[in-house]
Amino acid sequence: MNATVITPDLPELEPPRSFYTYKSGLGSWLLTTDHKRIAILYAVTITLFFIMGGVAAAMMRINLVEPQGALLSAETYNKTFTFHGVVMVWFFLIPSIPATLGNFLLPIMIGARDLAFPRLNLMSWYLFVIGGCFTIACLLLGGVDTGWTFYTPFSTMFSNTNVILVAVGVFVTGFSTILTGLNFIVTTHKLRMPGMTWFKLPLFVWGMYAVSLVMVLATPVLAMTLSLIGLERIAQVGIFDPALGGDPLLFQHMFWFYSHPAVYIMILPAMGVASEIIPCFARRKIFGYEFMVYALVGISVIGFLVWGHHMFVAGMSPTATLVFSILSFAIAVPSAIKVFNWTATLRRGRITFEAPMLYALGFVGLFMIGGMSGLMLAAPALDIPLHATYFVIAHFHYVMVGGTVMAYLGGIHYWWPKITGRLYSEAWARFAAILMFFGFNFTFFPQYVLGYLGMPRRYHAYPPQFQTLNILSSAGASILALAYLIPVVYLGWSLFRGARAGNNPWGARGLEWQTTSPPPKQNFLERPVVQKAYAYDEPSPDGQPASGATA
Amino acid sequence: MNAGGFWHLLPNASTNAKPLDELWWAMVGLCALVAIGVFVVMFVFCIRYRKGRPADRHLAKDTLPVELTWTAVPFLIFMGVFVWSLTLYARSRTPPANAETIYVVAKQWMWKIQHPGGQREINTLHVPTGVPIRLMMTSQDVIHSFFVPAFRVKQDVLPGRYTQLWFTAIEPGDYPLYCTQYCGLDHSKMGGQVIVMRPRAYARWLDENNTGTSLAAQGAALFRAKGCSGCHGANASVHAPDLDGIYGRIVHLSDGSTVAADDRYIHDSIMLPDKQIVAGYAPIMPSFSGELTESQVLAIIAYLKSTKPGAQPAHEGTKQ
Repeated sequence: MNATVITPDLPELEPPRSFYTYKSGLGSWLLTTDHKRIAILYAVTITLFFIMGGVAAAMMRINLVEPQGALLSAETYNKTFTFHGVVMVWFFLIPSIPATLGNFLLPIMIGARDLAFPRLNLMSWYLFVIGGCFTIACLLLGGVDTGWTFYTPFSTMFSNTNVILVAVGVFVTGFSTILTGLNFIVTTHKLRMPGMTWFKLPLFVWGMYAVSLVMVLATPVLAMTLSLIGLERIAQVGIFDPALGGDPLLFQHMFWFYSHPAVYIMILPAMGVASEIIPCFARRKIFGYEFMVYALVGISVIGFLVWGHHMFVAGMSPTATLVFSILSFAIAVPSAIKVFNWTATLRRGRITFEAPMLYALGFVGLFMIGGMSGLMLAAPALDIPLHATYFVIAHFHYVMVGGTVMAYLGGIHYWWPKITGRLYSEAWARFAAILMFFGFNFTFFPQYVLGYLGMPRRYHAYPPQFQTLNILSSAGASILALAYLIPVVYLGWSLFRGARAGNNPWGARGLEWQTTSPPPKQNFLERPVVQKAYAYDEPSPDGQPASGATA
Repeated sequence: MNAGGFWHLLPNASTNAKPLDELWWAMVGLCALVAIGVFVVMFVFCIRYRKGRPADRHLAKDTLPVELTWTAVPFLIFMGVFVWSLTLYARSRTPPANAETIYVVAKQWMWKIQHPGGQREINTLHVPTGVPIRLMMTSQDVIHSFFVPAFRVKQDVLPGRYTQLWFTAIEPGDYPLYCTQYCGLDHSKMGGQVIVMRPRAYARWLDENNTGTSLAAQGAALFRAKGCSGCHGANASVHAPDLDGIYGRIVHLSDGSTVAADDRYIHDSIMLPDKQIVAGYAPIMPSFSGELTESQVLAIIAYLKSTKPGAQPAHEGTKQ
């Protein structure tokens, strides 16, 4: 590793005043408008949510070791998977990369001092926390049993749990998402430093920009849908209830019009992260930069037109099925392009395998398996037997957990030295990355088989012939849980004991590596030098050796 | 293959199962081929171009042809699979004309089955081999989903709507039936079995469970008991549409549009009579929502189906 020494005239233990140290006290954090501090606030909060959602997942996997249910009653199990889904989707996966890494890095990567609306950014975090409090309050008051999808008329007419409370929580959090998206869009348009043209933007910034468009356009539909649920529960207006002349399918259309794009809210940032890490550790500019940009934008646009593939067996018309099917196949093309381009980036590189690279390669592998199984679900004939079985569970966990979480952790490891100024234990980090990849496949691959054999999802108890595969899956889950715990330990240790990182420990390109680690409050002490994105074949402005085309 | 153990395989118990499995294995093969291909290439690159290993690292300038190729080729493959899938899907959506209809009403948390001969069963469905069976399904509370893995069929069952699925069973045996749409507390227990019998055994089963009143006859009794015949009957004094032979006819509505009198139309006319008003009649019919169960509505539909236009049907209990 080529760790650069901090400017020689400063004493080793006193780096320039970073955004951590320029002001202290709890108030300076809770009232901060610094995008970097807000990113840290988000990181702490979503980690807590991840732990809560993870505990719920562990309880479910323990329960499913026995066919009749080993741990939970049917009622508790139903509330547990609902809590797991709600927390993981809205309070972890959706904010994960944008709210933490995006918040921290977007302004630095384009050479800005902060986001366009710093106070709005702080408000977004507060909305997020308030929404989270509603959801946790709901759990303490007895939970909710509708599933995270709130299908009507079960959620509106039949569930006697705290549906409205959790809907309010998600509703409020949605505003946090919308405001963050708005902030990112304006920032990317208005605050790029001179010389930072659109096609010099790192793909991470493109990912943030594309995801922000989706956030701003899709989330309001979720807000409307949840409001209608509240209205229907309180006033029985007959929007979704057929006994009152309503349409139960209308809810599914509205819900998936938001929730399918939401999958891209999770995966587009992950693609952005992988597109930063892979070129860095291959010492090679990314293959087909323009195609990568078009693919990101293409995915976010087509992502709005495929929601109906959740409804092939719901009672939708055959014409609608045909249209949604063909569009769902179409969106696989830009996704495939991205996988091919990441692979081609490795060619003729000078590859090293530090932990972020292992996470990124793991991301590509899991995303590809998840995406391929998505093709089967996009084919209506195959979707009929596979729909609402464990095959679907495996598919979306590969994409959303295998994809998004691996990329998120890859990003955390990659930018950790920049964010904290410290290095972590490389050996432990590599071990955790490999263990996570193994544990993940061990957990979710058996679920593909379970789905093909017909095990339906959301079952508290199941027929005994599915037990072997469920035990395998639960065993994998315990490995996965361990793999998630290890980073908590070595990253925690690194915060206090880790070696000083230097400004650019990976020899990476991009403006964020031209400032100090951690960055000062105003992000840059000296004006950075704009280069083309991924200029690994050009000499670096900070004197890092070029890794040119010769052997 | 019997249930139990890790190597339990899914039986192909309907005419639908084999063609679907062919598509399934083709796609598994295609996905495995692409995934393994990409993994191998990644692995080779990782070994060959790892830092410190001598290798040719000159970069090609023109990569557009490569990129266009790997955009076009997956696109064409995807479209091929799409077309294949679509032909199977179209088949699964069109029941043959000679299909036998069995009615299914789902409720939290059981499947109620009504055979046309009047036989009823709960959480068990008896069907013969070799005969196309069309299930006409509705729910009386939340959304459920009817799933028989061995047949590779699944269809959501919605309140206030009729959905259908069809299959032709080919192998006698007992096959698990599941509910796959989350429907509340005992969702995981809302299962049962489909018992496939040879036609002769099935006929015997029908006989043994014969209640003496067919579904249509039950409907006819209801039609009278619930007062429908008071308005819609031949000698009724109230001006109401004549319903003999209504099933399948084109009905003119007061807003100028027309609608085919299918199951859904008849259901809605009983439960939500203000929704579609027949041209020339005052909207005076009361709603029977809450008055009739979904099973009773199905019986009335079966009765109306059995009537002939202008003629009194041959069922007992309809003589006025």
